[in-house]
Amino acid sequence: MNVDSIKTGFVIDHIEAGVGMRLYHLLGLDGLDCPIAIIMNVPSRKMGKKDIIKIDADIEINLDVIGFVDPSATVNVIRDGQLVGKKTINMPDTLTNVIHCSNPRCITSTEQELPHIFKLTDGDKRVYRCLYCEAEQK
Amino acid sequence: MKNLINILDLSVEEIDRLIAVADDIMLSPDRYNEACRHKILATLFFEPSTRTRLSFESAMLSLGGNVLGFSEAASSSAVKGESIADTIEVVSGYADIIAMRHPKEGAPIVASDHTTVPIINAGDGGHYHPTQTLTDLMTIHHEMGRFDNLTVGMCGDLKFGRTVHSLIGALSRYTGIKFVLISPEELKLPSFVKQKYIKNKGIEYKQSTSLDEVIGDLDILYMTRVQKERFFNEEEYLRLKDSYILTEDKLSMAKSNMCIMHPLPRVNEISTAVDRDPRACYFKQAHYGKFIRMALILKLLEVEI
Repeated sequence: MNVDSIKTGFVIDHIEAGVGMRLYHLLGLDGLDCPIAIIMNVPSRKMGKKDIIKIDADIEINLDVIGFVDPSATVNVIRDGQLVGKKTINMPDTLTNVIHCSNPRCITSTEQELPHIFKLTDGDKRVYRCLYCEAEQK
Repeated sequence: MKNLINILDLSVEEIDRLIAVADDIMLSPDRYNEACRHKILATLFFEPSTRTRLSFESAMLSLGGNVLGFSEAASSSAVKGESIADTIEVVSGYADIIAMRHPKEGAPIVASDHTTVPIINAGDGGHYHPTQTLTDLMTIHHEMGRFDNLTVGMCGDLKFGRTVHSLIGALSRYTGIKFVLISPEELKLPSFVKQKYIKNKGIEYKQSTSLDEVIGDLDILYMTRVQKERFFNEEEYLRLKDSYILTEDKLSMAKSNMCIMHPLPRVNEISTAVDRDPRACYFKQAHYGKFIRMALILKLLEVEI
């Protein structure tokens, strides 16, 4: 399968197979009108298979979102068709308005103006809990 | 300024100090009856309560202070859609300290972001109820004389029972504590509470669905009500509500000095015949609640006697 190289933008590589679409939505890429390719289940020597997202535009990327969805993903920065850098990905300690608390008993379910804030409570198991009700994000 | 949102906001030493002050108030109430003169407590109860609200109000009145507030959301601007943030911004200007109960979990955290006076969480949904835990700790202190080397049975609704989660968190800071968790499968202690307060601390625990099998091991039996208001499904509530009923017969298998506690209100989970048993501590427990709340109000208002 051929996907054109990008000129200026980002390649998010080494995404765990199957989570590329989730990352696409959480990064808000569905709201952009630039060329974007989501390639799923790409054979990988290291990972068996992986997902890749290519974005052909110089946009602001929320690295915290990538760190939350898949901290082992890599972000390559492309300028004039050349790889010019890599971004470091870390699991963020706090996530604000990236995901929403689904606990119907949480105060965020009725107070619409509140930010949805999640804290990393277990780095090994990648567990994030709502700041308000402490429900684990699903 | 300090708030009390979670019992773990208080150190073990601060809890010891609060209990010491509460004991002193019980011994010499006259010394404290003007301690909060001209101070106002606002009791903002967005969810009905008898004991907690009245004990807060009685506590403040016994300190010579005044009380204002509401006892259900229907009599507040919440029915008009006012946010917690706005309510607290306004009430902060009318009172020196706020005790707030809200059915939604995390509501006091929102309040604490918008207040200029101390906030006390008087219960937020199935989440925390720190002043009940202070009451429970004071009861244990009085009835058992210690917090360490106790086998504590938690019985009933361990899933939604906020008093259970807070008490387990508080007791997990003492040495030699063992927990016995007695509940139906559907109302088991949430795994993250168990992980955080029991497993991570290497505390010994046992889980059982049978009260009869474990009652003989217990120094404290903490009974809880299956709370109708926490269920979205009436059928499930009806199926689980009578899971455990403490009777005189069951008590015959318990230690002679076991302390029976209950945060109240009780429905039918403790037979009224048990009230005559010297091991029944739940009414004393409610009584202690007033004094420990007096001590807490003094601490948060920074009043020294």
